[in-house]
Amino acid sequence: MTEAAVDRRGDLSSPLSGSPTRRRKEGVIRTVLTAAAMTSVLISAFIVLTVAGQAIAFLGQIELPQLQAVGWFPRRHLFDIATLVVGSLVVTLVAMAIATPIGLASGIYLSEYAKPRVRQVVKPVLEILAGIPSVVLGFFALTVINPEFVHRVFVGAEAYNLMAAGIAVGILIIPLVASISEDAMRAVPQNLREAAYGLGARRVATSLRVVLPAAVSGIVAALIVGISRAIGETMIVAIAAGGSGGALFTVDPRDQGQTITAAMAALATGSDQVKGGSAAFLSLYFLGLVLFLITFLLNLVADAFVRRTRQRY
Amino acid sequence: MTATSVTQVAVQRSLRTRRTDWTGIVFQALLLLSLLFSLLVLTTLLADVISRGWVVFVERGTDFLTSGLSSRAEQAGVAPGIFGSLVIAIIVALFAFPIGIATAVYLEEYAPDNFLTRAITINIRNLAGVPSIVYGLLGLTIFVQALGSITGGRSVISGGLTLAVLVLPIVIITSSEALRAVPNALREAGYGVGASRWEVTRHLVLPAAAPGILTGTVLSLSRALGETAPLILVGAILGFFATGSEATLLDQLRSNFTTLPTIVFDWARDFERDFRPLTAAAIVVLLAVTLLANAIAIFLRSRFERTI
Repeated sequence: MTEAAVDRRGDLSSPLSGSPTRRRKEGVIRTVLTAAAMTSVLISAFIVLTVAGQAIAFLGQIELPQLQAVGWFPRRHLFDIATLVVGSLVVTLVAMAIATPIGLASGIYLSEYAKPRVRQVVKPVLEILAGIPSVVLGFFALTVINPEFVHRVFVGAEAYNLMAAGIAVGILIIPLVASISEDAMRAVPQNLREAAYGLGARRVATSLRVVLPAAVSGIVAALIVGISRAIGETMIVAIAAGGSGGALFTVDPRDQGQTITAAMAALATGSDQVKGGSAAFLSLYFLGLVLFLITFLLNLVADAFVRRTRQRY
Repeated sequence: MTATSVTQVAVQRSLRTRRTDWTGIVFQALLLLSLLFSLLVLTTLLADVISRGWVVFVERGTDFLTSGLSSRAEQAGVAPGIFGSLVIAIIVALFAFPIGIATAVYLEEYAPDNFLTRAITINIRNLAGVPSIVYGLLGLTIFVQALGSITGGRSVISGGLTLAVLVLPIVIITSSEALRAVPNALREAGYGVGASRWEVTRHLVLPAAAPGILTGTVLSLSRALGETAPLILVGAILGFFATGSEATLLDQLRSNFTTLPTIVFDWARDFERDFRPLTAAAIVVLLAVTLLANAIAIFLRSRFERTI
């Protein structure tokens, strides 16, 4: 009894900060974790430095008028960037024409209508669709969407076309739009819905006139993230849109064409391997920079919209 | 008839008769139709590739899974792709998982709420939005060209490292969410009995967050297995592993390579259509792998949601 009391007094007299080995271990672990967190910063720095550096090297090698031509044919030194940007826009427009109504409607259903049991079935279907690799959807565009839909509905469509690619990209981003907009609508406080019901509003009116406007920032964010993903999608367009050897300027989705991403894939896989140092090879980095800047800007805007929703509630 | 009785009749009638809410029914039907569209696409896609690829499995059996690449459709198989995808998955697991989880632990458990921490968080969110093909440029410049003497240039090691970098933000974000979902009471109890920060993290927080972290890692693995664009830039399309009796495993890892999705891409571009059934069969293999990973993740998450 007395021994124990002495021991306890002995404990109290030692410093409260604990044993030095234990503290050293804590310090080491903290350092390791901090180093891990810095990796992501390093990666961003590498992306910006390598891509921007080589892109500038590209602009130094060519003459600026070469950026305006009849189309994008890197091996003939015709680097018409407008062809690719417009190609990306056409594909994105087609994709969003599919993904906006279907994705939003799915989001509304999941958030406002679906009973928990229905949700448990429907949600995994969307998640499986989201998990399908984009090469697979590219093949689907080639073998099903193009012959069975595009060529039957749109007269004068070329054998390979931007339309089929755009539809497949749209299918790819439906789950994305659905899940982000569902999250946004679920974040709308329940008392808003109850107030609407209390005024005698039906479910349609509550969903469309109360919940949807309240969640508008999140929904806009969902659409912007969708656009950003559509612009960045590579494999579908590389497989289904045709223009692997280059493309003429076009705004018609029935034509074959190329996007920024597909042009990069074509440069990397072309039959006559593009060698390092040449203007055609360096144009890869120039396109990467353009793509990076566009998606980066879109993601920043989407982020700002998401934060606005969070602040309000 | 007095005015009151007129009102009375009107009120009674409107209370007795139930008007059908046609707008509501039509609206709900439209919503359901849009959901059915996704289901329809999914089933059409699966039915299409299975019906196209079936003949390959019937005629060739497992030979298709064990043969190497060939320019002749009746001899070509996906064995190098399966090997390449497997190696890539292992490299991603070795690099992206520890660094990603450590970053998440730092951000959620250690980092003070200051400018630097917020900058890192925003940076990670932005990295998650960078198109995958841009990561291919990073891999081409850093892993293939700058570190070529270590990785062997256009090799499966370069490809694996590139995809590890690609999925890192996904691992970090999902792990962070899992850590954030751990109730604070658990941490406070740990500190209350005198545990240090690492002891609390290691013995209380990480075990509680493990299912959520696992879900995220499996999802990121499935993403890496299906990714093609960055691998094309890193050079996967060249597509043959070093073979011969003298080729060691290291030689194979440092030589040209291919993966399942790059094989699909290569075959899908074949204009002569000889490879169409083969492409579909390769897709069936690819989907089996990635959908299995996704199903595991969805299953894990549903269990996770029930326990918390």
